[in-house]
Amino acid sequence: MSVEALAQADSETARPMDLLRFATAGSVDDGKSTLIGRLLYDTKSLFTDQLAAVEAVSAARGDEYTNLALLTDGLRAEREQGITIDVAYRYFATPRRKFIIADTPGHIQYTRNMVTGASTADLALILVDARKGLVEQSRRHAFLCSLLRVPHLVLCVNKMDLVDWSEEVFERISDEFTAFAAKLDVPDLTVVPISALKGDNIVSRSENMPWYEGPSLLHHLERVHIASDRNLVDVRFPVQYVIRPQSTTVTDYRGYAGQVASGVLKPGDEVMVLPSGFTSRIASVETADGPVAEAFPPMSVTVRLTDEIDISRGDLICRPNNAPAVAQDIEAMVCWMDETRPLQIGGKYAIKHTTRSARAIVRGLHYRLDINSLHRDDAAGELKLNEIGRVRLRTTVPLLADEYRRNRTTGGFVIIDEATNRTVGAGMIVEMG
Amino acid sequence: MTSPAAYQVSHLDALEAESIFVMREVVAEMERPVLLFSGGKDSIVMLRLAQKAFAPANIPFPVMHVDTGHNFPEVIEYRDQRVAELGLHLIVASVPEALAAGLVRESADGMRNRIQTPVLLDAVEKHRFDALFGGARRDEEKARAKERVFSFRDEFGQWDPKNQRPELWSLYNGRHHPGESIRVFPLSNWTELDVWHYIARERIPLPSIYYAHEREVIERDGMLYAVNEFIRPKAGEERFKAQVRYRTVGDASCTAAVRSDADTVEKVIEEVAATRITERGATRGDDRVSEAAMEDRKREGYF
Ligand SMILES: Nc1nc2c(ncn2[C@@H]2O[C@H](COP(=O)(O)OP(=O)(O)OP(=O)(O)O)[C@@H](O)[C@H]2O)c(=O)[nH]1
Ligand SMILES: [Mg+2]
Repeated sequence: MSVEALAQADSETARPMDLLRFATAGSVDDGKSTLIGRLLYDTKSLFTDQLAAVEAVSAARGDEYTNLALLTDGLRAEREQGITIDVAYRYFATPRRKFIIADTPGHIQYTRNMVTGASTADLALILVDARKGLVEQSRRHAFLCSLLRVPHLVLCVNKMDLVDWSEEVFERISDEFTAFAAKLDVPDLTVVPISALKGDNIVSRSENMPWYEGPSLLHHLERVHIASDRNLVDVRFPVQYVIRPQSTTVTDYRGYAGQVASGVLKPGDEVMVLPSGFTSRIASVETADGPVAEAFPPMSVTVRLTDEIDISRGDLICRPNNAPAVAQDIEAMVCWMDETRPLQIGGKYAIKHTTRSARAIVRGLHYRLDINSLHRDDAAGELKLNEIGRVRLRTTVPLLADEYRRNRTTGGFVIIDEATNRTVGAGMIVEMG
Repeated sequence: MTSPAAYQVSHLDALEAESIFVMREVVAEMERPVLLFSGGKDSIVMLRLAQKAFAPANIPFPVMHVDTGHNFPEVIEYRDQRVAELGLHLIVASVPEALAAGLVRESADGMRNRIQTPVLLDAVEKHRFDALFGGARRDEEKARAKERVFSFRDEFGQWDPKNQRPELWSLYNGRHHPGESIRVFPLSNWTELDVWHYIARERIPLPSIYYAHEREVIERDGMLYAVNEFIRPKAGEERFKAQVRYRTVGDASCTAAVRSDADTVEKVIEEVAATRITERGATRGDDRVSEAAMEDRKREGYF
């Protein structure tokens, strides 16, 4: 291959094209998978063999129309039951952006899979069936999205074809949702009336709803501003792995490998290492392709310091005047995800927080939340599957943590059952003592 | 203060950073990782990411090839050369040896896709590997679209798609009991096109069969198969010469070629960007067995 050709291929890929990760949410059968199918279909992101396979399955089942939900509902059990069970990830790109979609299940039994898909999303599409309006599961998912601090929400009032494209129905649901969202922490909310089945307001504006003056869903997805969602202020570099080559050619090399959680790191910066509190300076920020002038999220780099200090996995590099808390007493909102055993006061668990592992004991349960009313039940003694509550934990070693609202990486943790090794809870830190 | 617009990375850099993070997590937390290296483009990219993740140190784990015995010679040559260059330890889990030892039996259709699973699981057990890096991507197939980055396997190597561990943020849970293991997919979020863009950007050499060349083929089930020691024309099948390339490299007895003039990486990128058929749909006889062929194989412990 010629050098010019390679250089040209280079310039194609070097153009920064940003990435939007979004997830679907909402109650069972509200049309999430159909919407994703429609989005892929109308953006011509489908391959002919994928479409043919789905058409064949639909025809064999006697469906009246091709069920586009089958594009993401790929498991046997999902197709048998006609529901989504676990997240399906899908990829497509338009000239403006590249998208990673997580199509999540609406069924309450699989809430943990919805949480999995939403935890990394920049944006969530909350679907509501126009005939049914908001149901408990729509509220639960909206609440979870706000708890996970998905920065952008879009309420899609779906199945508008079944309510005669009624502006009134749309307005009523939109008002009800907006009122509910006002009680949550939702930084950015957009509302779109759609028909996932017929394709109205998905990639282009619908002719059936002339009263709607906003953009199509795709138009919004392509343009929603996400660059400022990242935290570029607080330097947080959890050390993942220490690179020390055992080699005769590279000697005395010691580098701290990790992914920048937030902030910007530069050679020469004064830094502090936690939990020890030692300070040093950044000697260099390296990648396999050579040193870089700066590192920022989501770069994976290797940081070298000017001083020899004892640093290992689980430690964290920050700035001396801007450090996370070093705390063993943690207050967190916890979403419980285990059907076999509830979270109980006094329970002991393993937890994973950034690159650090610890054990924790549940010291208290302040309250359990009622998803519909957002009422706090402070008499609750446990959290069962899919319940959310505010919990106090004591950890065996200090966590290097920020409030989740300030930092999604240093503020989130998972709870693991030490007997089964299953991930049983998701925690979002509210306060540290 | 800092302007967010200035701190952008390309989507390819974002994918690379995520994959490197995943590989480092595995090495930091797991006891005995191994990387599945077939000489196919995805595993080649994965190997490059492993080099980057641990540089300037060497790749801190061995690689393993599950050899069905149905190979493209260009790919085996590439595999051996790459392993030698990087000073890696290569383990070959051999299906022909397992056949000879009576561990598995040839299936009626002669495809070795299914019998490769017990051979893989046997090697995992023998070497006590607890983490296996695989190059599978979610965009490849509908069952793969459902898989976690850290995918738990029980002591029989089975995947339970209805009962996967929740996987939040980038907190991967690799905990397991002895005998159980984790399949790890660093390329989960890459598409075929991303892989090719990366191959171009990193100037990664590939086995020659990925680029257009002339080959003697037959047409079977609408696909072009190379005539070789594993595929012989049946009655009524006509041999002819065609310009082809391979979009995937799997078992040589069930991997088909596609018509193509793309003899450079940028032509392949153009071709992949324009294609209307998925890579497995265009090239894999093994996926055509049934609608859920991949899910069924995966449940049994296949990648
Ligand atoms: N008339 C009409 N039907 C729709 C629309 N969107 C979805 N449907 C139908 O609603 C049913 C459920 O759709 P799905 O897309 O599977 O719903 P879902 O939200 O993904 O369901 P879960 O994933 O199981 O929670 C299917 O029969 C769809 O064809 C719409 O806009 N109009
Ligand atoms: Mg669905």
